[in-house]
Amino acid sequence: MKFRESNVGDKIFDILVYTFVAIAVVVCVYPFIYIVSVSISSGAAVNRGEVWLYPVDLDFEAMKTVLGYTQLWVSYANTIFYTVVGTFLNMVFTCFAAYPLSRKSFFLRRRLNFLLAFTMYFSGGLIPIYIVVTGLGLYNSRWAMLLPVLVSAYNVMICRAAFESVSEELYENAALEGANDFVILYKIAIPVIKPTLAVLTLYYAVAHYNDFFNAMLYISDRSKEPLQSFLRRVLLQASMEIMQTTSLDMAALNQSTLQVRYVCIVLAIIPVLIFVPFVHKYLVQGTMLGAVKG
Amino acid sequence: MTGIIMAFNKYKTASGLIGIYTSEFVGLKWFRQFFGSVYAWRLIRNTFLLNFYSLVFGFPIPILFAIAVTQIYNEKLQKFVQISTYIPYFISTVVVCGIITNFLSPSDGIVNRILNKLGFESINFLSLPQWFRPIYVISGSWQTFGFNSIIFVAAIMGISPELYEAMKIDGANKRQIITKLVLPSIKPTVILILIMTLGRIMNVGFEKVYLLYNPATYETADVIQTYVYRQGILSNNYSYSAAVGLFNSIVNFTIVYFANRLSRKLTDTAVW
Repeated sequence: MKFRESNVGDKIFDILVYTFVAIAVVVCVYPFIYIVSVSISSGAAVNRGEVWLYPVDLDFEAMKTVLGYTQLWVSYANTIFYTVVGTFLNMVFTCFAAYPLSRKSFFLRRRLNFLLAFTMYFSGGLIPIYIVVTGLGLYNSRWAMLLPVLVSAYNVMICRAAFESVSEELYENAALEGANDFVILYKIAIPVIKPTLAVLTLYYAVAHYNDFFNAMLYISDRSKEPLQSFLRRVLLQASMEIMQTTSLDMAALNQSTLQVRYVCIVLAIIPVLIFVPFVHKYLVQGTMLGAVKG
Repeated sequence: MTGIIMAFNKYKTASGLIGIYTSEFVGLKWFRQFFGSVYAWRLIRNTFLLNFYSLVFGFPIPILFAIAVTQIYNEKLQKFVQISTYIPYFISTVVVCGIITNFLSPSDGIVNRILNKLGFESINFLSLPQWFRPIYVISGSWQTFGFNSIIFVAAIMGISPELYEAMKIDGANKRQIITKLVLPSIKPTVILILIMTLGRIMNVGFEKVYLLYNPATYETADVIQTYVYRQGILSNNYSYSAAVGLFNSIVNFTIVYFANRLSRKLTDTAVW
C-alpha cells in the first residue's frame, strides 16, 4: 500500500479522513483535559471562567481538600477489594463453566449452552433478583457485591469459543498421558487461551470497578460502600458532605464545589487511564475473537 | 423461573423466599393493572425511542470511524487514536453522568458558558423534557463509538491484502476500494452486531437514565426499568413490578428471536 500513486480524489479523501479522526479524538480527549485543568487551577480563576484548556494559576487546594477526606479512601479501598477478589472469583468460575461447555464429549453440552444463551436475553428481572439476594441474607454484606455478578453469560460464551478453538489432539494427548480434566484445564487449556482470558479479566475488572447499581441496591453501610457510591453522592446529589468536614468558609465553599467534583472525577479515572492502554493489544485480539464466534 | 411465578401472584416480603411459591395466585391482574394505567404507553414509548435513536445515531458512527481509522497508515498514530477514543467506554456510568450534569449545569457548566459567550441565554438542560433524549443519545454515542469500532477495525484488518493490491492494479481509487471492497467484506460483521444490538432494544442503559432523570423529565425519560425500580424497590410493589419487568423481557426476547430468524434467511449469519 505504501507505493500508491496519489491523485486529487485520494488527496481529498485523505483530508476528509484525517479531519473526521481529528474531530473524534478532540471530542473524546477534550472533556478530560478540561476537567483536569479545572481541578488544578485556582478557585478564583475557575470562578471567573478563565479556564478553557490549560490550568490557570496552578493551585492544589481542591485536590488537598478531597485527598484529606477519609470516606474517599475507605470507598477506594472497598472498590479495590471488590475488584481484585471479584475478578479473581469471576475468572475461576468462568473457566469452570466454559470448559465443560466447550467439550464435545460432555453429554449435557447442547442443552446447557442453550440455557446459558437464554439467560442473556430473558431474565426474571430486577425485582426477583433483588428478593433472592436479600432473601439469602446478603443485604449489606460484601458478598452482595460479588455473588450476583459471579459469572456473565456473555463472557462464558467468549471463553467457551476460545476453548473450542484449542485443537482436540492437545486434549487427547494429555488424556493419554493420564491427565484428568482439572489438570488438562489448568496445564493445557488455560495457558493456550491466555489472550482471551486477559480480555475477560479486563471486562470483569472494569465492571467491578464501575459497579454502582449493586451497591445502591444492597449496600447501605458506608464502611462497605464502593467508590462509585461515594462519587454518586459527590457528583450527582449536590451533596455538601465533603465540604462540611473541612474548615473552609461558605464563600470559598461555593467557589470550589465544582472543583471538588472535578478532582473526584480525576481520581476516579486515573486507574482506568493507567490500565487500559496496557491491554490495548489483547483488547483488539479478544474482540476479534468475539466477532468471529459471536 | 422464580421471578416469573411472582408476576402472577400476590407476593409479600414477609413470607420470605418460600413465599414466592406459596402466595395467592392472581392470574393476569398485574398485567391488566399495568396496561390500564397511564404509565404503560409512556414507558414503552420512552424505552423504545431512547433505544431507537441510540441505534440510528450510534450504529453508523463506529463503522465510519473504523473505516477512517484503518486509513491511517502510521501505526503509532493509529494506536493513539484508538486508545483515546475508546477510553470513555471504560469510564463508569456514575462518572459519565457526573461529567454530563456538571458540564450542563446552568450556573457554572462549560456548555452554558460557551452559550453565554455566543450571546445565548443559559439553558437548564437536565430539567427540560425535550432535552433528555438528545443528551442521552449523544453522550451514549460519545462513550461507545470508539469501543464499538474495534470490532469493525478487526474485520477490516482481516481483509486479505491481495484483494487491495488487485483493486489498485485495476486502477481503483480509495473511494472505490471502500465501497466495492471494504463495505461488502465487513457486511457479515455489521449484520451480526446489528442483531445483537436489536436484542437489547428494550434494554436501555437504565443506570444512566436513573442517574440523569428527575421528576421534571419523567415525561420523556422514564423507562420500563426505572419504573420497575421505583415501584418494586422504593414502593415495595414487588409482584406488580415483577410483572412489568417480565413484560419487558418477553418483548426483548421476541425481538431477538425474529431478528435472528430474519438474518438467517437473508444472510446465513445468525447468533444461534
